[in-house]
Amino acid sequence: MRITHKIGIASAAFGLAFAAPAARAADPIKIGVIAETSAISGVGIPNAAKMAAEEINAKGGVNGRMIEIVDYDDHSSAADAVRAFQRAAQQDKVAAVIASYISEVVLALEPWAGRLKMPLITPGAASNEITKRVHDDYDHMKYVFHGYLASTQLSDVVCEAGKALMVNDLKMKTAVIMSEDAAWTIPLDEEYVKCLPASGLKVLDHIRLSPDTTDFTPIFNKIEGEKPDVIVTGISHVGVQPTVQWQQQQVPMPMYGIASQATNATFWKDTNGAADGVIFNMVAAPDVAVTAKTIPFAKAYKEKYGSLPGYAAYQSYDEVFMWAEAIRKAGGTDPDKMVEAMEKTDYVGTIGRIEFLPKDNTFAHGMKIGEGYITGLMVQWQNGNPVTIWPANVATGKMVFPAFTKLPQ
Amino acid sequence: MLALQILIDGFAISSLYALGATGFTLIFGVSGVLNLSHGAIMVVAAVIAWWVAGTFGAGAYLGALAGVAAALACAFFTYSVIVRPIQNSGAIPKEEKEIFVLTGTLLWGIMLQEAVAYLFTDNPKTVRPLVDGVVMILGVRTPWNEILTAALSWGAIGLLYLLVNRTRTGKSLLAASMNPRGLTLLGFEMSNIYVLVWAIYGILAGIAGVLLGAFLGVSSANAGTLTASAFSIVVLGGLGSVSGSLIAAYVVGYLETMTAYLVSPSIRTVPVLLLLVLVVYLRPQGLLGRR
Repeated sequence: MRITHKIGIASAAFGLAFAAPAARAADPIKIGVIAETSAISGVGIPNAAKMAAEEINAKGGVNGRMIEIVDYDDHSSAADAVRAFQRAAQQDKVAAVIASYISEVVLALEPWAGRLKMPLITPGAASNEITKRVHDDYDHMKYVFHGYLASTQLSDVVCEAGKALMVNDLKMKTAVIMSEDAAWTIPLDEEYVKCLPASGLKVLDHIRLSPDTTDFTPIFNKIEGEKPDVIVTGISHVGVQPTVQWQQQQVPMPMYGIASQATNATFWKDTNGAADGVIFNMVAAPDVAVTAKTIPFAKAYKEKYGSLPGYAAYQSYDEVFMWAEAIRKAGGTDPDKMVEAMEKTDYVGTIGRIEFLPKDNTFAHGMKIGEGYITGLMVQWQNGNPVTIWPANVATGKMVFPAFTKLPQ
Repeated sequence: MLALQILIDGFAISSLYALGATGFTLIFGVSGVLNLSHGAIMVVAAVIAWWVAGTFGAGAYLGALAGVAAALACAFFTYSVIVRPIQNSGAIPKEEKEIFVLTGTLLWGIMLQEAVAYLFTDNPKTVRPLVDGVVMILGVRTPWNEILTAALSWGAIGLLYLLVNRTRTGKSLLAASMNPRGLTLLGFEMSNIYVLVWAIYGILAGIAGVLLGAFLGVSSANAGTLTASAFSIVVLGGLGSVSGSLIAAYVVGYLETMTAYLVSPSIRTVPVLLLLVLVVYLRPQGLLGRR
């Protein structure tokens, strides 16, 4: 009895020792997702990534291995994100990371991506600094990719659309810039100040507000006193509160520009409908077939999670596919080979055709912008629904403003 | 014009501060407890009001009622599960109990805050205002909701005043804040008085939370700031002095509003904090402090 027992253990151990390498080949490929899971724009990042992984796995995975998403909550804190990143790389042994919509967080992770040679992409942060570092110090920073528009590019979309919507359609002439004090709005504002006048909107004032602001009454009163035709926004950490106060105080000029919180489907409910008339930027919207993948993704997301995806979710979904493709091409998870493969990406995702800019470009490892690639949309909240209003060829509706808005005659 | 604007906006926000701080200072006055979960309880009230009004289609009034009820429940829970066990504990030395209560309520506040963030995200929620629309006051476009906020705040404070000064129960509260020992000797059960004061506190914090949610919007991330703001007002007014807190609420409210209008909205709270430092140096008992 005793002897058979021992033999049993020995043979089991023997079996394990030889079976282990075989089992390892079928081990899942882990992709780390670090995001702000209790923030409205952040929660879509792991949600969408998991959807993508399920779809890839349903089709047999990558090189016979399944994709596993390991998600971490960074509580909107750079320190928490760095800890999560280290854990992902050293303990959980992920092959790549998708992280955050907050520029400060991504900028804190960036040096770690270099040190730990861990491929990293952000689905929602915008600071120009992210790609500038890759450009300036390619050898160390090449592991970082920028999966969302840089701030300057965002401003350019807002200005280009502004020329069509605000200047040509509504005959507007003046604007006040209202943006929050954060890393991503520094290049955004710099570009606004240049490109708005070029589009035909004179900038009367440029207000930077603290992301901790809760009472926007003084800000709106100041803006109203300057009598601009439109308020051009650059807000992400704030959103619900200024929108509600704008509506309650019946501030007579429209809000137009970048408003990340407005991209989330729950924004209407969070503001009790005060969002009506707010115009914001997105790279993909649930009502527009930017590509054949956009609408099916938005629908499937809503079915699974009960609400439409926020802006970063689209990119996060695409990025899992891109990492999977890079791993397939690289024949494994060697980081240098993955980066090489990722640089050759030519992928049509939910947000358009994605190619990364080469290392000598100022936006090295940023996405190629323009006709045929990523273009950007302007979307307006109308009666509970986000309606795409620009560009004209994909628009699903016209601009409509609440009764208290006074448009130039 | 600008002066009038400051006057009107400052009044509304100050009234709300006054209401928020009244309950906070009352608890301290009567039972010596500094409740650091105060901000979190206000947040719970606002978020529950938003949730009930929106998700169940219950409407603004039922939502507001649910918010106040949630704050009341939280207040009772805070007292019976956090504060009372510490006060009754034989294991904690008497002179350390205050620190334990501070720590206990602080941690409980963080738990509440995290729970709200987990269940409802930390994105700000706005409670549907009880009234819509705006009115022109001497050329200043003022939302009716702002006027209602000020009126309801003062209504609640007025009722509290009547309760404390005109009813027997209320007078026992006042007595408890002056001489708890004497009150016990007269045959009053202190624990009943504590339950009463926490109930009043819960209702006041609930109303303040719901009104704040309708006026400015509230996120779980605001819990700490709300506690700090009540704390500053109470220190400025004099710990435990309700009338001191009312005056201090207006000082803070107007100082903030003036800073926001005249200097910059991004340094709104800085002058108040400087003032607080000065008060601690020059008049540590606060404006109307008793010590």
